[in-house]
Amino acid sequence: MQAFLKTGKSTAGTGDKSQGAPAARRKLPAPWVEKYRPRNVDDVVEQSEVVAVLRKCVEGGDLPNMLLYGPPGTGKTSTILAASRQIFGDMFKDRILELNASDERGINVVRTKIKNFSQISASSVRPDGKPCPPFKIIILDEADSMTHAAQSALRRTMEKESRSTRFCLICNYVSRIIVPITSRCSKFRFKALGEDKVIDRLKYICEMEGSCYRLKGPEHVINTADLFEMSGVIPEYYLEDYLEICRSGNYQRLEQFVREIGFSAYSVGQMMEQFVEFIVDHPGLNDPQKATICDKLGECCFRLQDGGSEYLQIMDLGCCIILALK
Amino acid sequence: MALWVDKYRPRELSKLDFHKDQAANLRNLCKQSDFPHLMFYGPSGAGKKTRIMCLLREMYGSGVERLRSETMTFTTPSNRKVEVMTVSSNYHLEVNPSDAGMYDRTVVIDLIKQVAQTHQIEISGQREFKVIVISEGDELTKDAQHALRRTMEKYVATCRIIISVNSTSRIIPAIRSRCLGIRVAAPNETEIVSILQNTCKREGLALPVELAKRVVDKSERNLRRALLMLEAAKVAKAPFTANQEIPDLDWQVFLRETASQIISEQTPAKLEKIRERLYELLTQGVPPNLIFRGLVEQLVNNCDMSIKAKTLEFATEYEHRMQSGAKHIFHLEAFVAQFMNIYKSSFLSWS
Repeated sequence: MQAFLKTGKSTAGTGDKSQGAPAARRKLPAPWVEKYRPRNVDDVVEQSEVVAVLRKCVEGGDLPNMLLYGPPGTGKTSTILAASRQIFGDMFKDRILELNASDERGINVVRTKIKNFSQISASSVRPDGKPCPPFKIIILDEADSMTHAAQSALRRTMEKESRSTRFCLICNYVSRIIVPITSRCSKFRFKALGEDKVIDRLKYICEMEGSCYRLKGPEHVINTADLFEMSGVIPEYYLEDYLEICRSGNYQRLEQFVREIGFSAYSVGQMMEQFVEFIVDHPGLNDPQKATICDKLGECCFRLQDGGSEYLQIMDLGCCIILALK
Repeated sequence: MALWVDKYRPRELSKLDFHKDQAANLRNLCKQSDFPHLMFYGPSGAGKKTRIMCLLREMYGSGVERLRSETMTFTTPSNRKVEVMTVSSNYHLEVNPSDAGMYDRTVVIDLIKQVAQTHQIEISGQREFKVIVISEGDELTKDAQHALRRTMEKYVATCRIIISVNSTSRIIPAIRSRCLGIRVAAPNETEIVSILQNTCKREGLALPVELAKRVVDKSERNLRRALLMLEAAKVAKAPFTANQEIPDLDWQVFLRETASQIISEQTPAKLEKIRERLYELLTQGVPPNLIFRGLVEQLVNNCDMSIKAKTLEFATEYEHRMQSGAKHIFHLEAFVAQFMNIYKSSFLSWS
């Protein structure tokens, strides 16, 4: 293990040769997700209200305490990092304390690390003499995974140190943040991106990456079987088959089908997610049937996420549908 | 003397027996200098691990096969020591954080972050990044998965993560969207039959097609189990014959008997007997979720639809509770009692 951490090669004595040239600082490979992360608040796609507010803040050189929330992949982390980079420039590293779910964030950390960091006062001039806002930012990413005790411990710190510290909490579900914290922050909701914005961004990335991707066209990217396969989406005919089998009311066939899904490695959770839309829009079902099925669907989905067995949950759902369709 | 499963495990992507298109795609992926986080998902015995090892070999050469295993100790915030086994080569590290039970978050934070933060010193002639293979990813607690999120983004320059899971249902969406999912479906019957026959050919044995088919039927399309069964059959009787008996898994037989006993009599006295049998299964190390599934499959066989639906409803409820609780036997027994109740009352009202 130690050897693994220290060096990539097991052969002893490779030292002298390779250390002479520090690998000429080759550009590290980065996936497009990282490469095209917005560097600037204005680059952030779609979230126009949030961007407008932040732009004003950056110009004015001051920030409120903030709570950013919204579904994954809407740019919450990117936005705040870009904003603080713009505000602090080179001093970015000193003025930011970023804690995410991969850091220990229990009540002890709030009491010591966060409190200590927030008590340091920040100067209003940079080393080179230019003015810069006299505060630090503490970014608590994925704050919904913090315990309530830890959140409560934050309350007073947020108020007391407001002269020298701004807090920025980021989360997916605002309901998991205790009310005293939400009331101390200005809330920004990040909405899910529209399809056209996604296409625009993909087009832009394709252009930057060179023409080889242009042939196929980004619209193509969003709608092919290959990509469905890659993103784990289950083909529509599976859903149709499932409903059809339930309509026939044959338990053996249902069991066979569920086994088949298991063998082909499709995720039951994914299937249930898609099934909701499928059921709601289905023309062949009446409203009470839809209601019964969706009710069961919600229950099964919850149990599944909570660790229940895939086989049992989907069979249960199937039986419920069979009875509902009778 | 290795088992056939290990002896004939393909070592290179080009030698895989099924999902060849996917193998070709994986090879293309390796050829590029860059490479996303991956998540292999599929039922057990479908070849996830084999593919991961092939992929690593394709990327780093045969060096990844020189493995060493180590036991590492971690201290949790509550000052508890947990030990986790890791298997590593110079290029990759394989760990099963769920070994640490509910303390898996500590493993993710300490070990994975530590490895992910260190750079490769000499990067000439190899990739700039290391690979961390997380097996049984679906056993990770939600906390541990959250801890993984930002690590995956932050240290993407020095480390790639490959997660192997049985199903993506239990993986939080944030992790799912950060990985390229690779679906490894179970091989179909003809594929398993041809693999079994190839294996026998290489061992210098003749395998009747009929026997091969029966092995496949029993294996539930789990290639590993099929090969193990075949090898067990070989030990039992050396030159294969078409109507040779294939030993059943004894816990499955036991479970089947248990189910038929439940059907035959529904009384408190019987319930006590069943409890003993359930304990027997649990102490033999049969995972409780398999017991649940096996019981349900057997019990609903001869019931009409309304009983089936009710049974499943209770089964899902108790199984879910069992996952959050600590004592499995309570929930298994509660389910059996509930089933007896349903079965008997419907029987009484009918007669």
